[in-house]
Amino acid sequence: MSMIINGLPAEVPLDPRVSLLDFLRDDLRLHGTKKGCDQGACGACTVLADGERILSCLALAVQYEGRSVTTIEGVGTATELHQLQQAFIEHDGFQCGYCTPGQICSAIGMAEEIRRGVPSHVTDDLDAPTMPFCAEEIRERMSGNLCRCGAHNGIVEAIAATFAALPEAEAAE
Amino acid sequence: MSIAKDPKGLIQGAAQGLMAKAVALAPDAWVPGGVPDPLIGRQHGHVGRAVSRIDGPLKVSGTARFAAEFPMEHMVFAAILFSTIAKGRIVTLETARAQAAQGVVEVMTHRNAPRLSPPPVFMSNPKAAGGDNLPVMQDDRIHWNGQPVAVVLAETQEQANHAASLIEATYETEPAITAFDEARSHARPAEFMGEPLHDEKGKAETALSTSAVRIDATYRTPRHNHNAIELHAVTVAWQDGVLRLHDASQLVSHTAWSLGQIFGIPEDKVLVTSPYVGGGFGGKCMWQHHVLAAAAAKLCGRPVRLVLSREGVYRLVGGRSLTEQQVSLGADADGRLKALIHRGLTAKTPSNVMPEPFILASRSTYAAEAIELDVHSVELDLLANTFMRAPGESVGTFALESAMDELAEALALDPIELRIRNEPDVDPLSGLPFSSRRIVDAWRAGAEAFGWSRRSPTPGSRREGEWLVGMGCATGTYPYYRMPGGAARLTLTPRGASVGIAAHEMGMGTATAQVQVTAERLGLPIDAVDFHYGDSRLPGTVLAGGSQQTAAIGAAVIAAHRLLIKELFDIVGNDSPLAGIKPDDVACRDAGLCVRDDPERHETYASILARAGRASIEVTGEGPLPLELMHWSMHSHAAMFCEVKVNAITGEPRVTRFLGSFDCGRILNPKTAASQFRGGIIMGLGLALMEETQVDERNGRVMNPSLSEYHVPVHMDVPEIDVIWTDIPDPHTPMGARGIGEIGITGTAAAVANAIYNATGKRVRDLPITLDKLL
Amino acid sequence: MTPLRYARAADAQDAVLQAQAGARFLGGGTNLVDLMRETIERPEALVDVSGLANGIEESRDGGVLIGAATRNTAVAAHPVVRKRYPVLARAILSGASAQIRNMATTGGNLLQRTRCAYFYDEEGSRCNKRHPGQGCDAREGFNRNHAILGASSACVAVHPSDMAVALAALDAVVHTRTSQGERQIAVTDLHRLPGDRPDIETMLEPDELITAIALPPALPRSTYRKVRDRSSYAFALVSVAGAVQVEGGRVLDVRLALGGVAHRPWRARRAEDILRGGAADRAAFAAAADAELAEACALSDNGFKIELARRTIIAVLEELTGERP
Repeated sequence: MSMIINGLPAEVPLDPRVSLLDFLRDDLRLHGTKKGCDQGACGACTVLADGERILSCLALAVQYEGRSVTTIEGVGTATELHQLQQAFIEHDGFQCGYCTPGQICSAIGMAEEIRRGVPSHVTDDLDAPTMPFCAEEIRERMSGNLCRCGAHNGIVEAIAATFAALPEAEAAE
Repeated sequence: MSIAKDPKGLIQGAAQGLMAKAVALAPDAWVPGGVPDPLIGRQHGHVGRAVSRIDGPLKVSGTARFAAEFPMEHMVFAAILFSTIAKGRIVTLETARAQAAQGVVEVMTHRNAPRLSPPPVFMSNPKAAGGDNLPVMQDDRIHWNGQPVAVVLAETQEQANHAASLIEATYETEPAITAFDEARSHARPAEFMGEPLHDEKGKAETALSTSAVRIDATYRTPRHNHNAIELHAVTVAWQDGVLRLHDASQLVSHTAWSLGQIFGIPEDKVLVTSPYVGGGFGGKCMWQHHVLAAAAAKLCGRPVRLVLSREGVYRLVGGRSLTEQQVSLGADADGRLKALIHRGLTAKTPSNVMPEPFILASRSTYAAEAIELDVHSVELDLLANTFMRAPGESVGTFALESAMDELAEALALDPIELRIRNEPDVDPLSGLPFSSRRIVDAWRAGAEAFGWSRRSPTPGSRREGEWLVGMGCATGTYPYYRMPGGAARLTLTPRGASVGIAAHEMGMGTATAQVQVTAERLGLPIDAVDFHYGDSRLPGTVLAGGSQQTAAIGAAVIAAHRLLIKELFDIVGNDSPLAGIKPDDVACRDAGLCVRDDPERHETYASILARAGRASIEVTGEGPLPLELMHWSMHSHAAMFCEVKVNAITGEPRVTRFLGSFDCGRILNPKTAASQFRGGIIMGLGLALMEETQVDERNGRVMNPSLSEYHVPVHMDVPEIDVIWTDIPDPHTPMGARGIGEIGITGTAAAVANAIYNATGKRVRDLPITLDKLL
Repeated sequence: MTPLRYARAADAQDAVLQAQAGARFLGGGTNLVDLMRETIERPEALVDVSGLANGIEESRDGGVLIGAATRNTAVAAHPVVRKRYPVLARAILSGASAQIRNMATTGGNLLQRTRCAYFYDEEGSRCNKRHPGQGCDAREGFNRNHAILGASSACVAVHPSDMAVALAALDAVVHTRTSQGERQIAVTDLHRLPGDRPDIETMLEPDELITAIALPPALPRSTYRKVRDRSSYAFALVSVAGAVQVEGGRVLDVRLALGGVAHRPWRARRAEDILRGGAADRAAFAAAADAELAEACALSDNGFKIELARRTIIAVLEELTGERP
């Protein structure tokens, strides 16, 4: 029984109670994915499962057997940062840094959702062929990721600066 | 000199007034800050530059390691069982099933826990870190609903959690006071930091009764929790007689000393490190989980990781207490305050020393002719409350500044003009001169940037579709603090310098700003300076609280720098271009020393060290006692502006624009400072609109111990927040800076409430302002 | 969390067989895993049905059939749902967070349990839903979020789902399967009122698996409005799902359901009866709302919900019958 974590196979834990979050942190020592509530209320544990953002605290690891999971460690490293990570530094999209990996993974998943045309609660026209990539959409779509330090403005700026530069997003503007 | 070694004695002495009076009257030059920090004059260097956080790459890549992320050999995982009664005693505690459950290593209860001394409660000693002084798992007594009664240690977290659920506890309950109204008649005068929370100037009641215009209203604020996103966690081991803690802490040295007291060992046998802290806000001090983890590690002889559940954080880490505040303002027809009365009630517990000091802001904000301020507090059988971002000012300014808005309306006067008319020349209570006070500049710049002139003074007069739109403003204020105990180690090598101080980086940007400051002070490039912090072995006893770290570190580094120059001169020798110069006549620049008036006479540190055959110089300097606080009235201010819309159908309040205009002395790093200001404001938006810790008054139990039921602002609640600042240095503080971590939360709730009044004509005096209050 | 066994269902039949042997169905896990961690749910075995019927098909009658394991995001993003059932898309998108919507299944969303704080406090509070006969601490406690319609002395909890409110307004039908065979249940009949057994929340048998949700053809205009304490990521204080067909200023047909007010998605049939055939104007809307809320009953903290529901019903009807923007 295995799953792919950041491109590498990993054996799924024997105890089915183990959440994907604890599996990553305690078994694989991938501590970049954070535990902020363990109850699906803060978003700090956000990872990408086959490219879709999910909460690893509400996922039993066994459920993700055969799936491909990307964590912050698979997004970029301290010496080779993803451009979104670089933008978080540039726009000061964090203070303590604890919610940050979740914010970044969530934003990557969000950008893909917008590219696929998934609407949000604040989308006026549900039928529109492309979704707008504006600050209000980012705020709504990122609302599952709490930040208590109050770096919200910087986070939204970093996301807008990164994905507004991509061709799909430009087309959606 | 004995008083100098005992800061508590100093504070008490000050309270008696003798020393305070002497310091107040002393010449400026005798007082710290009397001679301006030379850095204030350096305008084009590292200080004031928008440097990105030096720990950024580690944080955005998830490689910054937090307290729960230090695996240890043979480590066990802990889970806690909490009491379900408020007061009484444990009758039975059935642990056999838990003990027998798979993977369980040990179950610790009051029956087998190591014998411990009670925690030293805050302010009982300069290094005391305890939120309360209750014994930790030493007997069968229950003091609050949610008190830990058992700790399970197991090979995995799942096994520990499950086993904890198998423990059955029964209790004998005793009458507990858990309802605020029930305790009201037992209110007593409150003290804060050893001083009474009571001030009088003139006869305020008499002045009020003869005032032309009067406002008299009662404001209420509920309990709050810090809700840092990182769960409180500690990884603990006993290694060769040393208690080793990987902690999430805003007071490592205090924690080391306090745990030493509890376990009966010297403080240097306790090692606390805390390189990263996932948010603090006053909540990451020492609570029972530290003691329980260390005791459990001792009991089972293995390292222990204890991560509180989110519910666990609410059960054993205190938050802000509730307040009921009455504000009476009397003014003449021109709006000049004749009387300012601010008094009321808060709640604490029998085992702590923290009444929410909501009158602090009212001491220095307005030039009222007569002032009466008072806090009474009651004692409830609850978890001890504690400091939370701007204790006192955060909720006190809600009352004071709402009342000022009500007064402005009664006077038909612009609320900004009302505030400017009551601007004091000297501190209204102490009579001390202000070190620097440019709030009027902040008001004018803020009003201009926000477009205040577009506000209609008539409530309910602007509607956009379903939405009523309004603007409000309020004063925010927070004092400059510097606590005793600051000390820093400065190490100079041919490659650069490093600073070591037992301070903390919880996201405030401390490490980044202090690297900038130190680089500027030493004339080094930023990447030639390291900053070491978050380690109890480092010098200094520095609380990351009271927005005082910048000043405490700054003063300690100034002292260390002075020693460093002296040491350099001891080895400079006769072949140096600096030969024959006095230490007072040199400056640091271009990685070396030069003659201040003749910069061409220069020698690099590397050259000085090489000639003397030294690899490095290391000095440790101690900051002077913070006598400046008795010599000047030292406060930061903010002019807060808010625009809200309130749905006319559903009552939903939404903040659409916010601007904070700050007068906080010199800004060391505009990038991280802006984030601090915004962060405070956003917590203030939560305070205004949604935050409340719900304690069921029937049994004292927190009923919303989760981030889904305790609402903090989400992205969608946070508009773009403008922050601007005067950037006028305070001539009497290190670097000309005053702390900025807390002021953002002050004034914000009142600005929101005043905007809501302007939008709807509804004056809400009970926080949070939820939609049901606006229907 | 209690030790447990886990298995993936090969198909619906396999899932039902495992459930017969005592396993609980596990969908996206967004509610059940949380409740297991709180020890409110203590299943000994889980059968994972999140990999079963997953997809959306248009049916011959002009409706849509949604596989029970289809994720919430996929339903809300489906072009047919967005075009013909905006009430459903909007209800889903107003719920939880994007991450949770990516995990949660349609069947699982319907079977969410209440967020009543006293229900969640397994160790410290009494709850008839967890332990029938134990008592209810919510009734005299914090009950601002609680029911104003259909509550009982035993339970005042509300159903938390937004999606279910839209489905109730759409006359959706749940397709289920047990070892005895298959059946269809109207969503409006799926959830029970609490009565004296609030622990029994639906009319499903323990081994009864939701396999699909069928939507009949929709009325031409529909929407969902959710009122909550923060702008996003919060449960509804009151929500209204509405669908109407108006011609010549008269209401030809209408569907209305309320969320956040009762133990189940509250289909507002009294209001519908008053509206149907009548004038599409504010007075009629107000009369309909008043009729629906006539028997509403407030607790100590939630009286505002009655007025809020009234206003929101009227606003939704006005929006649906007004000029298109």
